[in-house]
Amino acid sequence: MTNNQTLINIENLNICLSNGQSLVKDLSFRMGRERVALVGESGSGKSLTARTLMGLLPAACTPYANRAQLLEKPILTLSQKQWCQLRGKKVAMVLQDPKYALNPARTIGMQIEEPLLLHQKMSRKARSEKVEAMLDAVGLPNPKEIRKWYPHQLSGGMGQRVMLAIALINDPQLLIADEPTSALDHAMRDQVLELIFSLVEERDMGLLLISHDLKQVAQYSERVLVMYQGQLVDELKASELANSHHPYTKTLWSCQPHIEKRGSPLPVLDRNELEKRYGNT
Amino acid sequence: MIINSINQKVWPKWLNTFNLGLSLVVILVFIAISAPLLTDYDPNIQNIAQRLAPPTQEHLLGTDRFGRDLFARVLYGARPTLLLVSLVIMITVPIGLLIGICAGYFGGWTERVLMRFTDIVMSLPSLVIALALVSILGPGLMNGALALAFTSWPSFARQARTETLALRRSDYLAAAKMQGISGWRLIIGHILPLCLPSAIVRAALNLGGIILSAAGLGFLGMGIQPPAAEWGSMVANGSRVIFDQWWVAAVPGCAILYASLAFNLLGDGLRDKMDPRHDK
Amino acid sequence: MAILELNNVSVTHVQGHQRNTVVHDVDITVNQGDCFGLVGPSGCGKSSLLWVLAGLNPHWQGHIQMLNRDLKPGEIFKGDLRREVQMVFQDPYASLHPKHRLRRTLSEPLKRLRFSDIDDRIEQGFKQVGLTSAMIDRYPHQLSGGQRQRVAIVRALLLQPKLLLLDEPTSALDMSVQAEILNLLNELKAQHQLTMILVSHDPNTIDYMCDTAVTMKAGRIDEYRHYSAEFTFQ
Repeated sequence: MTNNQTLINIENLNICLSNGQSLVKDLSFRMGRERVALVGESGSGKSLTARTLMGLLPAACTPYANRAQLLEKPILTLSQKQWCQLRGKKVAMVLQDPKYALNPARTIGMQIEEPLLLHQKMSRKARSEKVEAMLDAVGLPNPKEIRKWYPHQLSGGMGQRVMLAIALINDPQLLIADEPTSALDHAMRDQVLELIFSLVEERDMGLLLISHDLKQVAQYSERVLVMYQGQLVDELKASELANSHHPYTKTLWSCQPHIEKRGSPLPVLDRNELEKRYGNT
Repeated sequence: MIINSINQKVWPKWLNTFNLGLSLVVILVFIAISAPLLTDYDPNIQNIAQRLAPPTQEHLLGTDRFGRDLFARVLYGARPTLLLVSLVIMITVPIGLLIGICAGYFGGWTERVLMRFTDIVMSLPSLVIALALVSILGPGLMNGALALAFTSWPSFARQARTETLALRRSDYLAAAKMQGISGWRLIIGHILPLCLPSAIVRAALNLGGIILSAAGLGFLGMGIQPPAAEWGSMVANGSRVIFDQWWVAAVPGCAILYASLAFNLLGDGLRDKMDPRHDK
Repeated sequence: MAILELNNVSVTHVQGHQRNTVVHDVDITVNQGDCFGLVGPSGCGKSSLLWVLAGLNPHWQGHIQMLNRDLKPGEIFKGDLRREVQMVFQDPYASLHPKHRLRRTLSEPLKRLRFSDIDDRIEQGFKQVGLTSAMIDRYPHQLSGGQRQRVAIVRALLLQPKLLLLDEPTSALDMSVQAEILNLLNELKAQHQLTMILVSHDPNTIDYMCDTAVTMKAGRIDEYRHYSAEFTFQ
């Protein structure tokens, strides 16, 4: 477990449907223990890429790659048993909507404890303590009380914190967050991202943040990968986003409404230009 | 070196429940229509000399106790079965949909009255009521169909009501209301097209059971009257000689099995097809 | 000139025997030609209030004056009033009837009101929002989210409304598509002299689009905002 370990190493990933339609084309990137953001709009293939990295692609999609390694293990040929060794233990994923991702029939204490039961041998008391410590670390008040609650009693922001607790309880090396704040109110978004950011920093983990909001990821990541219609179109440091020259990145960066832009039209994409450049497969 | 994922199960594309069910049903319909072309024998001509003959070259499936050719009777017997089933569906589906959608759309007392009525009819034992109705109205194809239809519509009504309630909260119905579309125009033009697919699936699934009920009526002598060929009454007649001449009951029995299976597969396949998650 | 005035308006949600008051005693004035914003976190009651103004929720109390008419609680919108208030819904995937072609969806209300030259109007409308005539005969599932929302805008505008209500029209869309739709709305507002009421959970959208706005919290108005007249669209 060296500090320079490559967590993700993908070369020429292609994901196709059974009718030949290509959803992700020739995607290559590597990341180590850093915070990388994968940004794109709907149809860009970013969620599919994340799911490939967790072995959760739907059956209708077939992935091919020259190389696809997660924590130096070749992920496209792993068996379910081997996946169980990785998921929840070394790699964890936080999804978009806690309403649909949490089990409505079990208390949140039980759901946070489950990864511990699966991957570690601990006494009941030790597990209990760890669960409460985790609840505290994600900023939920009264851990002893709240662990008996059910998901429907939680607000969106609280649900997302529980998802984080479940993801991080086994101290994984990599966290993949798939649009973790899209289902939350604006006010909540920054809080949850701050939390993800600080926890990842504290534990010295890698973070792959998937989002459609460039401005949001600019604050919370070091490197940004921009995807469009299944292809990687731009790769740059987060600090350089405001000065990007790529037409897609530039427009995505500046197209959001803001009080200072009142009185003039918002910049929009030249879709014909992009079609010509990146074409339709 | 290209690595790809673990293989997925491979079935031939055409082999699925829907295609199988559909082909079986098409064969059944074809048999019913072209029965005269498939056999030279008249199903009603008696030939006592040849009674209870086992399957031979001359009589492919044997003869019954009146010497009538069983193969011919089975083929011709498909007609009343299909006719009865079509009549039942043509009565049941529109009535069930109308009652269910009205209950769901208008709400209030309309809904309460209609749904309690539906509950009452649903709690009646279908075959017993069918028998009672037939004994009042008299036996025959049309009366049998009415009797069976009388107890089949409630499940359609309940389903349509549930769907209408869900649809009432949808944005496209709210949008239609904003554009001034309401009342019957909304019901027929907007709600009905959305309730129809699941009603069709339910109808297909029910058909298997209706065939069995129709056969049951025939078995009890309440369906089509002899000497007309009808599978249910054929089984009844054959059961008297079942230990010595088993084919007389088994042949129409297999026909009932085939028809019921065909419609069940069709209904199952339709339901799978109509499931929105089925597209990708 | 005030096109809409609300005084002491409260809104209730009714489910079976349960009544839940979601908006309490709001006072709002909207002037003709303005874009008025309602912003707040989810559950603050902004959409409920909008649906009352759309005539889709009859359970309200208070005093509403809309388009020179005094509304009564529980009153169903009929005739001209029904035509003059139109809405663009939040979810482009749910606001167009999935089994109807777009031509049918757009022409049905026009036929009902006996408009003339219906096909021409639809084509003009499509052109105005940047869609091609070929799309008129398609089904909704053959269009993208942004395209569907444009169709929803055409649908609302074909009836020549005076008041256009927008319930989070861009929150289900990509950022780049949102920018296009917001630009389009501003253009159309200027062209048709519309008054718009825009509901959003994104304060930036409201800051950009609106002339006046209120922030709502837990069913009550928290803050009134007026934006400088310097920045307005020509």
